[in-house]
Formats: sequence, C-alpha cells, structure tokens
Amino acid sequence: MIEFREVNRDFQVGDQVVHALDTINLNIAAGEYASIMGPSGSGKSTLLNLIGLLDRATAGHYLLNGEDVTTLSDTQQAQTRNQQIGFVFQAFHLVPRLTAAGNVELPLILAGMPVEERRERVAQTLEALNLTDRAHHKPEQLSGGQRQRVAIARATVTEPKVLLADEPTGNLDHRSGRDVVEILEGLNRRGITLLVVTHDAELGERARRRILMRDGRIESDTGPDSERHAQQ
Amino acid sequence: MHSNDVSRFAWGALRGYPTRTLLMLVAMAIGVAAVVVLTALGEGARRYVVGEFTSLGSNLIIVLPGRSETAGVNPSTFMGETPRDLTLADAQALTRNRNVERIAPLNVGAADISWQGRQREVTIIGTNHDMLAVRNWELGLGEFLPDTDLELASPVCVIGSTIRDELFGARRAIGEWVRIGDRRFRVIGVLASEGRSIGVDVQETVLIPVASAQQLFNTPSLFRILVEVKSRDAITQVQQFIIRTLRERHQGEEDVTVITQDAVLATFDRIFSALTYAMGGMAAISLLVAGILIMNVMLVAISQRTSEIGLLKALGAAPQQIVILFLSEALLLSVLGASLGLLLGQLATGVLRQVFPALPAQAPLWAVIMALLVAVVTGVLFSLLPARRAARLDPVLALSRR
Ligand SMILES: Nc1ncnc2c1ncn2[C@@H]1O[C@H](COP(=O)(O)OP(=O)(O)OP(=O)(O)O)[C@@H](O)[C@H]1O
Ligand SMILES: [Mg+2]
Repeated sequence: MIEFREVNRDFQVGDQVVHALDTINLNIAAGEYASIMGPSGSGKSTLLNLIGLLDRATAGHYLLNGEDVTTLSDTQQAQTRNQQIGFVFQAFHLVPRLTAAGNVELPLILAGMPVEERRERVAQTLEALNLTDRAHHKPEQLSGGQRQRVAIARATVTEPKVLLADEPTGNLDHRSGRDVVEILEGLNRRGITLLVVTHDAELGERARRRILMRDGRIESDTGPDSERHAQQ
Repeated sequence: MHSNDVSRFAWGALRGYPTRTLLMLVAMAIGVAAVVVLTALGEGARRYVVGEFTSLGSNLIIVLPGRSETAGVNPSTFMGETPRDLTLADAQALTRNRNVERIAPLNVGAADISWQGRQREVTIIGTNHDMLAVRNWELGLGEFLPDTDLELASPVCVIGSTIRDELFGARRAIGEWVRIGDRRFRVIGVLASEGRSIGVDVQETVLIPVASAQQLFNTPSLFRILVEVKSRDAITQVQQFIIRTLRERHQGEEDVTVITQDAVLATFDRIFSALTYAMGGMAAISLLVAGILIMNVMLVAISQRTSEIGLLKALGAAPQQIVILFLSEALLLSVLGASLGLLLGQLATGVLRQVFPALPAQAPLWAVIMALLVAVVTGVLFSLLPARRAARLDPVLALSRR
C-alpha cells in the first residue's frame, strides 16, 4: 500500500546539500508492522514525514494505494492525511487548552463530521483506550502515558489505514512506554499498518519487519514481510 | 469544517490567551468608542446651533448693510463693513408689504450703565416693540419697549435679568432711572431668564428704543433689520421685495445683504457636518492603529502557536482551513471589541449629555455603522497576512519547534 520509487529528499543548508534520503525504494503492505531504526540523523523522521505526506520528496515517486500522491496539491494531500494517516509524536503535541475529548475530536472537526456522529466516535475511541474517565481533563492534568494514549486516540479516531509513530515512547518511563507499545500493536493486530521509528532496540525487535537506516539509505530490511516482497 | 465548530475553536483560542485577547479588545474598543464619542460631540454641536437658529423664529429674513457675494454667511457678514447706511426710513419702508408680519430694526453698541453708584459696561441693543415677538423673547417683569413711531427716542429701557441682579440686587428695578452713557433711562421691564440667543447672552444686555440708541451712539445707520414674514412660502417673494425696495431707495445700487434663515442654517449645518465627518475620520485612524496592533499580535500568536499549527496540518487541516481558523479568531475579536467600544462610546455619550444638557450629543447612525464596519474590516484585513503565513508554515518544522 505504501510504495517509494527512487525517492530522494535533499535539504539545502547554506551552500551545502544534505541528502536526508538517498534513493529510497520501499514497499510496505497493508497491515504490516515495521520498525525503523538507525543512528541519529540517518533520515528516519524524514522518511516517516514523507510517508505521512507532511513533507514532499525532492525526486522520485510515492504511491499510496497505487495512486501517485507526489503530484497532489497541498489541499488534496491534507485531505489524504486526514482520512488515511494517523500520527503519534514523541512530544504528544496535544493542544493544551482543549480537553482530552477536544483533542481527539480535532481531526473529525477538520473532516466536517456532524456533531452527534463525532461525539459518539470520540467516546468510543476514548473507551477503547481506557480514557473515558479522563475525557474532560486538560493535558496538564494527565500523566505522560495518558497523554500519549490521548494522542493515539486522536490518531486513530478517523480510522486511518496507516499509523505513523515517531519515537512514541521517547518521553515515557519504561512502564508507560510498554503500555503504549502494546496499544499500538493491538491496533496493528486489528488491521492498521504500523510504522514505528525508535532508538530502543528492544522495542524495534518486537516488529515483524525491521528497517535499519544509515546516512539516508536503507542499510537493511529484515523480516517475513520484506522477504515476501523481495521475492515478488 | 462547520461554522459553529470554527467559532468554537476560535473562541477557545481567544480564551486560551486572555492577556493578548484583552489587549486587542481594548485597542479595538477604544477606536470604536472614539469614533462614537467624537461624532456624537460634532453632531451635538450641530444640533445645538441649528436649534438656536430655529429658536430665532422660523420665517425670519435678516437685512444687513453691505453687499456680500453669497447668500449664506461670509466673513463680511460678521465684520459689518458699511458702505452705505441702512436707515430707519429704510426699515420703515420694508413694512409696506402685505406678507411682512413685522420688522425689528437693530442697533448694537457698548456703553456704561449705572445706578446709585453701581456701574458696569453692557451691550446696548437699540430696537423696537416688535423685537420681542420677532426673537420669541419673554418678558419677566413690567413691559417691553413701547409701540411707538420708530423715530421717537423715548428714555426707557428693558434690562436683562443678569443686569437687574447686578445693579439692583433684591431691590425693585421697575420705575428706577438708570444712567446709560450720558443719558438717563427709566427701567420699564426685565427680560425673563430663559432668553438666550447666538453669540450674546440677552440677560447681559439692555434694550432701548432704536432712535435713542442712534442718539446715544451718534449714528444714523442700523446694524441689522430683522423682517418676519407671514408665512414660509412668502419668504422668496419678500426677499425680492426687500432687495427691490432698498435698491430704489439707494439710488439703484444693490448694497445690502439679505439673508434668509434657511441659508444661514444650511451653512452652519454644512460646517458642523463637515466637522463631524472630520472628527469621525480622525477617530477612524485609531481603528487603523488597532488594526496594525491586531496584525502584530496575530503574528506573535502564530509564532507562539507554531506547533499547534503544525499539529493541525498533521491532522489534515488544509491551508484554507488554517486561514479560516485564524481569520475567524480575528473576526470574533473585532466584533467583540467593536461591540464593547460601541457600548463604551454610548455610555460616555450618555455621561456627556448628563454633564452638558444643552449639548444634545448623539452619535449619528452613519458614524456608528462606519465605526463597526471599519473595525471589523480592519481586524480581518490586517489578520489576512498573519493567517496566510500560518497556512504556509512547513508542518515538519512547525512540529519540531517548541
Ligand atoms: N529541515 C531541515 N533542514 C536541513 N536539514 C534537515 C532538515 N530536516 C532534516 N535535516 C537533516 O536531514 C538528516 C536526517 O534528519 P532526520 O530528522 O530524518 O534524522 P533522524 O534519523 O530522525 O534523527 P533522530 O534520530 O535524531 O531523530 C539530518 O542530517 C538532518 O540534519
Ligand atoms: Mg527523528
């Protein structure tokens, strides 16, 4: 469902060009669980941002569900992002003045969903993440683990096909991190395509497919799914 | 996005940054309140002057010596240049028209008045019996100037109530002899205290027969002739009659100015309307300042809320939606600020009316509408640039900035 063909992402820094991504070819099938690891600066976040349509490739093509999304307008990309992709960030990025429910509601508001339907969806999603009793709390009243669960609720409330997590446990203690990972894996078992960027080797090992990056290239890509693709 | 979701989001954002919101509200409110109060003052002044003129009596024509180019008011009207005298005989001649109700000749000068050692300088108005009716004055005590031949210089006077108080105090004034200049006059009446008219406080004046005034000031000429016309419709006809009559009497030369009250009113109306517009315009500049303030604060807001904008983009907000969200904030702010300003302005105007009851201060509707419109339009216009900038933010950078 995610297909990268010869994708490059260059950054102009002064009069130097940084090749954050260097000729990436990648296939990720629907329902896969892949971890992306590698040293700092190897291009993990850049890859995730490109997959999530937060960033545009300098060269190459990106096919999402067989459709070339590199040529879509900003507005069309925004719509695709809203409907098909969910993001979970290391820093949670909850809007501080909104309650947990208010934060989870945001993507549905942007999608223009009617109020009643929206309320119901938010309630269901919070329920699934065991957050019902925290629905009306502001982020500052929540623990780190709870905040990340709210962020996951927000990322999944639109029922996206792809969930992208950039160091989702980076700001959490071991226990809460473990909880968050189990939640993400549970979502993957129910069908969502899950990509997790992490520095944590233990976490990375849990993924069926492990992509290792170095200097903007994919150094290794191991696991049952990648082999299956390699054979195709 | 639904519009009530947008306004709820905007309202939440405004409440999330109370200091900033308050600051912008105040700037907007002051601008609008300034427009309301200043135009209310201008309009009040206009109504005041128009009201005073109307109290002159509605069908009045004023004749003054000297030719002026326009029918309205011009400097020479007040300077009183006198190329040829306007005489009592001229005044008398003007009564010979069936549409003329009455006339009042006018002579004005200053002289000392004294009684039993008390003395002060006063404005002396020489006129006739009909002046009372022409100017709608009211008599407090005694009687007004006698209805005699204009040429008769009787030694009688009618005094304003202030003069009465100053000269006589609690004592009886009627029947007393006062000295005006080098002549003696008997007080026969006192004006009632309401009488006010433009420029002069009638209560500070002394009225004597016009012939007496001519002797006192040693002049054969008149300062003005006031002509009251029977009906409004006859004004033009009488005006022409006056010009024709006086031209004949002045060897064919048209050397008088004939002013109708309508013309004077129209001139003052124009002057004060222009003044009101000018004040409104100046106050509107403060709205512009408020607009620029809003732009600055919005720019700061956007840098404060960079990560929020990045997040909204990550959640699938299109550039257009970001613009709408920020413009709605500005719109909400402008509408609230403008309403607050309107309230403040009306309150201040109400206080003004209490403190200066004579001045009917009241912001004209156009000024209120203009103030609200300008406030909202500047608020939104000046937020366009910041909102666009927000919409163009790179989401990756926005999210990584803290
Ligand atoms: N906006 C940018 N401008 C210039 N260079 C950039 C920009 N974003 C990323 N880079 C560069 O691209 C390279 C890859 O960055 P990226 O953030 O993808 O690394 P990463 O693997 O996520 O690192 P980390 O583990 O530290 O998060 C780095 O060399 C980085 O300096
Ligand atoms: Mg990174």
